[in-house]
Amino acid sequence: MTQLFRMAFRDLLRNRRRSFLSSLALAIGVALLMLMFAFVNGEMTGAMNSTIRLQSGHLQIRAETYDENKSSLKWSDLVENPDQIVQKISSLPPVIAATPRLFVSGIIASKDITAGVRVIGIDPTSKANEPYRLGLLEGQFLTLDDRDGILIGQPLAKKLDLKTGDSINVSVNTSNGDVSEQSFIVRGIYSTQTYGFDRVSVFMALPKAQTISGTENHASIIFILLNDNAQTDSVKNAIQAPGYKIVTWTEMNDLIIQTENFANSYINMFAFIILAITATVITNTLIMAVFERTREIGILSAIGMKASRIMGMFLMESSLLTIGGLVMGIIMGLLMVAWFNGHGFYIGNMGISGMLIQDTIYPNLTLTDTIRVSVISFVISLLAGMYPAVIAARMEPVEALHGGK
Amino acid sequence: MEVAKIENVTRVYKNGKIETNALSGVNLTIENGEFTSLVGPSGSGKTTLLQLIGCLDQPTTGKIFINGKDVSTLNKSARADIRRGTIGFIFQFFALIPTLNAYENIEMPLLLNGVKPDERRKTVTLLLEEVGLSDRANNRPDQMSGGQQQRVAIARAFATHPSIILADEPTANLDTANGEQVMELMTRLNKESGVTFVFATHDPRVIKYARRVITLRDGLIVDD
Repeated sequence: MTQLFRMAFRDLLRNRRRSFLSSLALAIGVALLMLMFAFVNGEMTGAMNSTIRLQSGHLQIRAETYDENKSSLKWSDLVENPDQIVQKISSLPPVIAATPRLFVSGIIASKDITAGVRVIGIDPTSKANEPYRLGLLEGQFLTLDDRDGILIGQPLAKKLDLKTGDSINVSVNTSNGDVSEQSFIVRGIYSTQTYGFDRVSVFMALPKAQTISGTENHASIIFILLNDNAQTDSVKNAIQAPGYKIVTWTEMNDLIIQTENFANSYINMFAFIILAITATVITNTLIMAVFERTREIGILSAIGMKASRIMGMFLMESSLLTIGGLVMGIIMGLLMVAWFNGHGFYIGNMGISGMLIQDTIYPNLTLTDTIRVSVISFVISLLAGMYPAVIAARMEPVEALHGGK
Repeated sequence: MEVAKIENVTRVYKNGKIETNALSGVNLTIENGEFTSLVGPSGSGKTTLLQLIGCLDQPTTGKIFINGKDVSTLNKSARADIRRGTIGFIFQFFALIPTLNAYENIEMPLLLNGVKPDERRKTVTLLLEEVGLSDRANNRPDQMSGGQQQRVAIARAFATHPSIILADEPTANLDTANGEQVMELMTRLNKESGVTFVFATHDPRVIKYARRVITLRDGLIVDD
């Protein structure tokens, strides 16, 4: 074994540049795969976190008949006296915040431009609204007793050419099917760096939203934020809310989970293409080595080396090339991931309904993905080395002895 | 006692529809301890006969016995086992592994035979002394002259104390002085250890060392 290793290592050193370039091909493949896995993971984790933080929460308590796609304001579709339930839930240890929210469809108009919006009535004092408070670009955050203040997202402010202190008209649907209209002052402009959300979401204090929409002491949902995604099911089981349904983030964000599965399938296909190209380079390198060393194979065979051992010698070379490429690739991959983690990768205003994607992706490389890439690359490269090794092992000693220089 | 016995051996090479008879019915017995030369013009079948005795190739018809065992129909792996244990080879070109130094080249057949490290070290050191290359142990083939390389090849062929050493034109690529040195070394090993040598040549200066001369022409033994 030691001798096989020594011979394989020295044989690779005979043509240093070729061996280095073959390993480099694998290294680039591995590094790109690590980066791809990290980006998809980062994007999906980011989208999930944004969606949980900004839109769905970990859990929502809703009326049995509530349909999130209809924004119904009928009292029977809403949660009555939400504060009572909120108080009970807030005492559970994993709960960071539980807060009522009211969603109302509306249109805002400034000068002669209008835009469809989703008015969200919030309790400004709740911790659940930190992302909006922290994302304030100008102006002030709302207060619970604010009767004419509204908070709008940066893309909407740009579209309507609004700034803090400007006056706008807001028309909303009401619980009895009418439309109510009132003038509001832009208290502040926020950005969550999530274009899809900021473009349509405007905030007002919950009591005001209830008044303007005629929903009185009702909320669309109770939004619950937890310390950890993993605690969702245990908290769900602990909540007592008879007559209401409790929905988890996985149920609400089916689209993200499906997208993640799709992205993983897609990336696996890319991985296969990249590694197939790399494998071709390794096969080519070793085939060249086999043909250059035909006479040596004949000599080794003549002195009694068995075909299996000759095969082992070339597989050892293939392993060494692979290990070299893997080490280089992992280092390159880690450096690239670290760089993009520091700088981010700006993708612009993305986002689709039901899935909030931040405008900058920060790669998230997991140990599992690193191991997965390494093992797959190693196995594929070893398989790539099989063909040349078999060619070498099948050579007849007499032909091999006369086939060299 | 006979080391090799060849019975009615033919070897026909096919190249497309063309058939070439390299050996056309050879009968031969090599006894233990012989120092035998196969002579004849190019194409007479010397190398083919050596390859068949050395289990590198198989006869088209006929039988070959090595130490009494019929090797004519053995598969590739079994022939490799026979070569590893009982046959040593010396080639016309200095057939050393270029990435291994003199010591490692001689050690290779011992490794393949599973000889223990201590014994390997002892054997290789002795052999290097025997062929006068102790100071070249760490030299790779490209750092040695042709004569030195061929002496390493002889030491390698001798390392496992085989029953027979087959040499195909061992001095063809050497100058006179180195050629004589190689032949004297082979003669000495033959006399001291009793190992059988069979070598192919058409160099009269080499033939004079042989105690038995077998002449081949057109694939047949014409003189013995």
